[in-house]
Amino acid sequence: MSTLTHAGVGAAADPTRAVAQPFMNPYLAGFLLGLVLLATYAVTGRGLGATAGFAALATWLAGFAGVEHLQASVVHMKYWNEGAPLLNWTLFLLVGALVGAALSGWQARRFSFTTERGPRITDRQRLVLAFVGGFIAAYGAKLAKGCTSGQALTGASALNVSGLVFLGAVFLAAFVVAQLVRKEWL
Amino acid sequence: MFPLSAFNEFSLGSELAIALVLGLGFGFALERAGFGSARKLTAVFYLYDMAVVKVMFTAVVTTLVGLALLSGAGLFDMSEIYLETTNWTAQIVGGLLFGAGFVVGGYCPGTSMAAIATGRKDGMVFALGMLTGVWAYAEFTPGLDDWYKATASGVITLPQATGIGMGWWALAFVAFLAFGAWGMARLERRFAYLRPAP
Repeated sequence: MSTLTHAGVGAAADPTRAVAQPFMNPYLAGFLLGLVLLATYAVTGRGLGATAGFAALATWLAGFAGVEHLQASVVHMKYWNEGAPLLNWTLFLLVGALVGAALSGWQARRFSFTTERGPRITDRQRLVLAFVGGFIAAYGAKLAKGCTSGQALTGASALNVSGLVFLGAVFLAAFVVAQLVRKEWL
Repeated sequence: MFPLSAFNEFSLGSELAIALVLGLGFGFALERAGFGSARKLTAVFYLYDMAVVKVMFTAVVTTLVGLALLSGAGLFDMSEIYLETTNWTAQIVGGLLFGAGFVVGGYCPGTSMAAIATGRKDGMVFALGMLTGVWAYAEFTPGLDDWYKATASGVITLPQATGIGMGWWALAFVAFLAFGAWGMARLERRFAYLRPAP
């Protein structure tokens, strides 16, 4: 009895022992995400996206090498926006997402300056894999005209076959490749 | 009435403000779900934590039911929404590449924002890799965009392809989610031994 009381008081009195809160129930979080997506459809007539924001940023950076250089690529010109590639709808969505996620993480005490990996690889190996994975995922998303947000979520919720096919291919490849990189995560 | 964009003219400033506000909700929901964590995200591929499928599927069902109800009530004009054309080769090959990149990199484009916002260094490096990837596509293979258009099959939706209305599909998806929830709980128990100790 006395130890129980003692432990309770100690935990409440020591703020450094505040631990990260558990994640939200996934079905509730999914409902929340669905409401955001529904609102996006209701306001803009298009769904969510993410990759286009990265593409706009890449075109902006490539623009420093000269506009003539950009004109060789129809993809760059699509995002050039007459010299204002940063005024991109999806890029603003990403900035908003960064702030929204920071608010959520701060409130739940989940901010932590770490590298996520399994116990059997080093931080450096994990960072190399993160870069390579990001590169491949981005290239695939450009080819498929969307990612998990723009194709899978947005497409599937409007019963668009392109999104459903993409979703199937993503999970198929990820399940197979996951067996090859077990050491990275388990 | 909806989508608002079809019946109102938004200025660039208000469009970007809308993007910021919607992004706020988007990022908040992703982080709440635990999608700022690469181990939480990749756990789905080892079947011990199915949160990714639960969240995505519930989001899809929520939006689908919402769209079906709104359009059924005559408040939402489905013909006004933008839908990507289907290009079987592009979605299959791109999807396979994306899936591989997802499990190796640990994130997807949207969730990398939640990772960066909560301090994950691997999330920042993933985003750098993505930036390089979209740049490489634009620099070295811009012709693929023309190829996509030339070989696309047009917009195909399930109601169009099957003749079965959106409302029935929404009902089917709800039933599939209920069955899936039961199945996923079983999978998580079966593979619980892979779950890392906290």
